[in-house]
Amino acid sequence: MVRYIIRRLIWVVILLFAISVLTFSMFFLLPGDPAQQSVPKGATPETLAQVRHRMGLDQPVYRQYLNFLHGPDLVGNDKPSGVLNWPPNLGYSFRNEQPVLDTILDRLPVTASLAIGAAFFWLIIGIPIGILAALRPRSLRDRAAMGFALFGVSMPVFLLGIGLLYIFYFKLRWAPAPSYVPFWENPLSWANHLFLAWLTIALGTAALYTRMVRGNMMEVAGEDYVRTARAKGLTERRVVGKHILRSSLTPVVTMLGLDIGTLLGGAIVTERVFGLPGVGATTISAIAESDLPVIQGVVLFAAFFVIMFNLIVDVVYAALDPRVRYS
Amino acid sequence: MALLEVTDLRVQFRTDDGIVKAVDGVNFSLDRGQTLGIVGESGSGKSVTCLSIMGLARGGRVGGQALFQGKDLLKMHADELRAVRGKQIAMIFQDPLSSLHPFYKVGAQIVEMILAHEKMSKKEARDRAIDLLRLVGVPRPDRRVDDYPHQFSGGMRQRAMIAMALALDPAVLIADEPTTALDVTVQAQVLDLIERLQHEFGTAIIMITHDLGVVADIADDVLVMYGGKPIEIADRRSVYYQPHHPYTWGLLQSIPSVGAEHTGEKLRAIKGMPPSLIHLPTGCSFHPRCPYVMDVCKKEEPHLLPAGDNGAHLSACHLSIDEKQRIWQQEVAPTR
Repeated sequence: MVRYIIRRLIWVVILLFAISVLTFSMFFLLPGDPAQQSVPKGATPETLAQVRHRMGLDQPVYRQYLNFLHGPDLVGNDKPSGVLNWPPNLGYSFRNEQPVLDTILDRLPVTASLAIGAAFFWLIIGIPIGILAALRPRSLRDRAAMGFALFGVSMPVFLLGIGLLYIFYFKLRWAPAPSYVPFWENPLSWANHLFLAWLTIALGTAALYTRMVRGNMMEVAGEDYVRTARAKGLTERRVVGKHILRSSLTPVVTMLGLDIGTLLGGAIVTERVFGLPGVGATTISAIAESDLPVIQGVVLFAAFFVIMFNLIVDVVYAALDPRVRYS
Repeated sequence: MALLEVTDLRVQFRTDDGIVKAVDGVNFSLDRGQTLGIVGESGSGKSVTCLSIMGLARGGRVGGQALFQGKDLLKMHADELRAVRGKQIAMIFQDPLSSLHPFYKVGAQIVEMILAHEKMSKKEARDRAIDLLRLVGVPRPDRRVDDYPHQFSGGMRQRAMIAMALALDPAVLIADEPTTALDVTVQAQVLDLIERLQHEFGTAIIMITHDLGVVADIADDVLVMYGGKPIEIADRRSVYYQPHHPYTWGLLQSIPSVGAEHTGEKLRAIKGMPPSLIHLPTGCSFHPRCPYVMDVCKKEEPHLLPAGDNGAHLSACHLSIDEKQRIWQQEVAPTR
């Protein structure tokens, strides 16, 4: 097991390097000149050249890449600006005038709150509905559950978000104005402000989990070991609870890890709709402003989370399924 | 009173293509310590017969009667039936790898069964599980009890299943093709084990198989099934030395003979395919494949009738008793 983890970690490093190359290449593919965009209009060519030099844009490509990875202090703030330095600044945004990492870390609590809360809701909505549907296939409640799943999967996130806001904030004034309240300031208000955003994400994802749980359970119910469990004279509750559910929910754990990992990279649309200053919102602004360092930094950041959660999920799966452990 | 008495058992399944008559009128009785072999091809209804007795035929409409110690299993409430399963009537299945839960340790699965029916501490149940594993010949049972099913070899797994089935000393053990998934040498070991345990515990056994060779040693009586119907019932000697049905003849002939004098011989198969259980042939279900088919066979279904002096030997065939004896002695027996 330990060897397995070490091997995976090596892959993580390789992957992250590959992604860093790709992200860095974006620099050259996107239109616009970063130097040009950092100086005010009407700057002289000399100023422009100075800025170019400052930003290291006059150096050969590989040098720029190396700076990107392990950069010198490009800005004069006593912080090295490369990805591999510690702290990994993930670049420096001239627009925000701070290292990209700081920008992201400022926003991360918002995105994390969104991700964790949404995950909680999609689990408590999605899984029970899936289980109930699977226990009575083709019944009325099964069809209702599948109808719900179809709705959740088909509904665009922005439409759902705006729709919920329209009804519960604009018309009914039950929900607060779209904004963010930090947890330590006022937990209740924090939850209150995030609730509709949580629901927006949760309903769509719950639909996927409902379908998955229902499908898994129906498949597992036909397995030989379930027949054996019944032949042993176990109560139906035990057959379902210990035999069927255990096999059905294990894949859900992996889905959960991947979904949360992806969300931590920023739920772009939802954050925008609900005015939450999270990583996703930052990404949109950066794209709009062509703030390349931020875009690159966020991409690396999000990739890191997805890759790490992939690894975590694989390890957890090995803990849950003994057959995987010994291969 | 017989331990288990099955009368006119019928099981049907509704499918989109029609009604599948999986079992159509099976009768047998089983006494204490006796062994009944149920033999037939895939799709003959042999497994469904026993699954439906235990209430495990999912989605099947079951008719008839299955009296176990006087009480009809088919009419029992779920709770009553649950008390019987595992404790009075135990079942082992063909593929022990898929029949054990892959995520739980083998010992835990045995303990689970014990604790479902008897009150004892977890430690006592675990000790019992270890004893059982030792009894069935699993080496280092104190270690193996904490292993997962995929860590056992095929034969070992089947032994573990047998251990689990016999944990509560049931009156009946139903073995559904227990050796089909195993190598031949392991097959012999497992069959030996089952026989030995039967002597020790006095369990009645129903052995379901498609292989007449398997029941040769162990069965007292044999029920041959075809297309969901019973076509011959006899004691072991009669089935092997005096069978009275063309299908049984075909089964016996198709057993490959091993030995120098048989090299170069072609395998003798029963021509044709098993019938669709939705659209069974008219008259006798076997008639499309029978080498001795007559006109009456296509129109009238033969009933199970005594095959001679031995009233317990029944066969469902339109051939006269004399005809059958002649064909057997002159045509089939020499080639077997």
